[in-house]
Amino acid sequence: MQIFNIVIAGVGGQGVLMASKVLAESALASGLDVKQNEVHGMAQRGGSVISFVRIGDQVSSPVVMPGSADLLISFEPLEALRYIHYLKPGGRLVYNKVSINPSTVAAGLAVYPQDVEEQIAAACAEAQGIEALAIAREAGNGKAVNMVMVGKVMKHLPLKEEIITEVVKQVSQNKGLEVNMKALAGGAAA
Amino acid sequence: MKKIISGNEAIALGFGDFGGVFASGYPGTPSTETLEEVARLGDVYCEWAPNEKVALESVIGGSIAGGRSLSTMKHVGVNVAADALLTLTYTGVNAGLILMVSDDPGMHSSQNEQDSRNYAKFAKVPMLDPSDSQEAYDMVRVGFEISEQFDTPLMLRTTTRISHAKGVVVQQEKIAPKIEEWEKNVPKYVMLPNFGKLKHIKVEARLLKLQEYAETTPLNRIEMRDTEIGIITSGVAYQHVREACPNASILKLGMIHPLPARKIAEFAGSVKRLVIAEEMDAIFEEQIRAMGIEVETGKNKLPLCGEFSADIIRSAINDAPPETTSPVEGLPMRPPVFCPSCAHRGLFTILSKLKVFVSGDIGCYTLGALPPMNAMHSVIDMGASISAAHGMAKVNAIAGRNEKPVAVIGDSTFFHSGMTGLMSMAYNGGNALVIIMDNRTTGMTGGQENPGTGVTLQGVPARQVEMVPLVKALGIDNVVEYDAYDLKATEAAIKKGLETPGPYVLIDKNPCILRYKIRKPAIKVDQENCTGCRACLKVACMALGLTATGEDKQKVRVDPNVCNGCGVCAQMCKFDAMHAIEGENNANL
Repeated sequence: MQIFNIVIAGVGGQGVLMASKVLAESALASGLDVKQNEVHGMAQRGGSVISFVRIGDQVSSPVVMPGSADLLISFEPLEALRYIHYLKPGGRLVYNKVSINPSTVAAGLAVYPQDVEEQIAAACAEAQGIEALAIAREAGNGKAVNMVMVGKVMKHLPLKEEIITEVVKQVSQNKGLEVNMKALAGGAAA
Repeated sequence: MKKIISGNEAIALGFGDFGGVFASGYPGTPSTETLEEVARLGDVYCEWAPNEKVALESVIGGSIAGGRSLSTMKHVGVNVAADALLTLTYTGVNAGLILMVSDDPGMHSSQNEQDSRNYAKFAKVPMLDPSDSQEAYDMVRVGFEISEQFDTPLMLRTTTRISHAKGVVVQQEKIAPKIEEWEKNVPKYVMLPNFGKLKHIKVEARLLKLQEYAETTPLNRIEMRDTEIGIITSGVAYQHVREACPNASILKLGMIHPLPARKIAEFAGSVKRLVIAEEMDAIFEEQIRAMGIEVETGKNKLPLCGEFSADIIRSAINDAPPETTSPVEGLPMRPPVFCPSCAHRGLFTILSKLKVFVSGDIGCYTLGALPPMNAMHSVIDMGASISAAHGMAKVNAIAGRNEKPVAVIGDSTFFHSGMTGLMSMAYNGGNALVIIMDNRTTGMTGGQENPGTGVTLQGVPARQVEMVPLVKALGIDNVVEYDAYDLKATEAAIKKGLETPGPYVLIDKNPCILRYKIRKPAIKVDQENCTGCRACLKVACMALGLTATGEDKQKVRVDPNVCNGCGVCAQMCKFDAMHAIEGENNANL
């Protein structure tokens, strides 16, 4: 198969890395080659986070080039816009509609653009926003936004949904298992 | 068994599988997870040292005592450990010794972009440079073998995209650790000049033998494809090259010091256009040009600064503009920021207000330099906050300026190399205010243990270093604890410290809210009382924002999904509009 490039974006603390892990493990469990990469280091919450998952028969570079992503998953609308240039023509965007203020906005130094969703729609024909936080809360924990997003994109991946579900089961801790399963299903139905 | 793991995890797994006995390091991005993963193996001893020099020296002892040993650190950590390294290369080892160093091209999380390959040349030691997780794993095995065969420390170098990128690794059968006999061998381990002179001759001879090894080892391999373009490369740059030029011939260097001169000449002679694709410094290129080999494309077209990508390599080789797309312009930046309810916020709110010169250090608190705080005015290296503030104070005094500088440093950085600077300040009659943010963890790298945490890397309860007696023992009489969440008290404490002549130390003991999972009731804004004056926004908390624009004046709102109720913003409010709501905490931290 041709390499399938995924970019996952969000805000530090939202669980971008766990979502990346689920997709990478699912690719491995499907017998495919995979490279996953994000830059982390600053432990603080609140910075912009971007992660790459590349799936194929053989994958060399761990980095997705701007203009080459098949799928962009963003946990926050402004971050969707920030990384929308990673999409290739015709690429798909799925994003969480709940916004989080950057510190620059919180401090009154910058303005959160009011028309983020319009800009997204103008830049990407295949964009869809969902209320991931509400779905995660419904599932039992607002922190499960990442699993809601994974659930939402499952049908657009070159991976079987059963395999992804099984991987989520494996990576979930006892208490989180039920919440994550509900979040996954809630995302898929959104 | 197949696993998908990062380069750091692969090195840890290799250490466990290939006879590793003792590991010591200091946290530093992107190297940190390596030692954390060794700890997770459960059956191999490992520890955090207070700094990289102590880590490497401990590992030298481990090797002398006969156990295969590993030391881990980031690139700038090697500067701290260099004193040990540059003589360790003379003594050599007993059991295998690997120094893992992680470079950070692109400076994702570092204060400089130094290229550790220079250290391999400088210390005359072999260096391996993996291109993915599998190679990182395999190189631990061959690294120990080279170290023991040639009686040398070995450097295993990664970059951010190797340390943090995950790829598939096939695990090999575990080799049971075997501890070698050890002996007292004065000429080998005592580097008095007379012994050292003889050792230097051996080091130079060893380098020639290692060069012969480099000629034949499968770590350095030629992949012949189209002979029009031949590319010499290593590390993650190899992966970018494969992507950018799938038909090009490649000399892939896995062992990058010393270089295999004959193999390079053979490769260069078999291709028309020779390209050297190395991130950062021109280390290969300078050596290859010195061999008299003509290089068509190297640092004349490829950047010295920043990371490579497939696109950068493609456009350099083809003399073509980049093919990638550009980001949307004008979006508000989202820089990292103090966590909601971090104690650093209170301190920097006051330092920003007082407009004093703040000599900073390496840690989460470095973010105090960013807007809107703008309250840190120099950051150099670990521990420099105190020593630089001391030097400033001396010159201020000579110039007749009545200004007392402030140093801000965290507990882990203080243990690492702040203590010696403070001792110097006490000894040399200094005059600075030193503020120690003692949150009982190494925060920036993700909350690792340190001598103040009360527990070791492997979870064993440990003696906890007390800050106040330690500071007093260094010679400081004025040591005062304060609470950074209390803005008035913080301001008063800082003013007192600035007014009192001589060295003065303030210590905040609030623990890291992330590591210690501290939760407090969220703040709510009383929209009746809020006048929209925005005084609270000065604390730069991502939980704060403004209500939607409309006909009314915009007021402040608190995001209940983010607020963790420290109440620093509420103390800025002059209109009694911000209150904690008992029992409510939805912060997704």
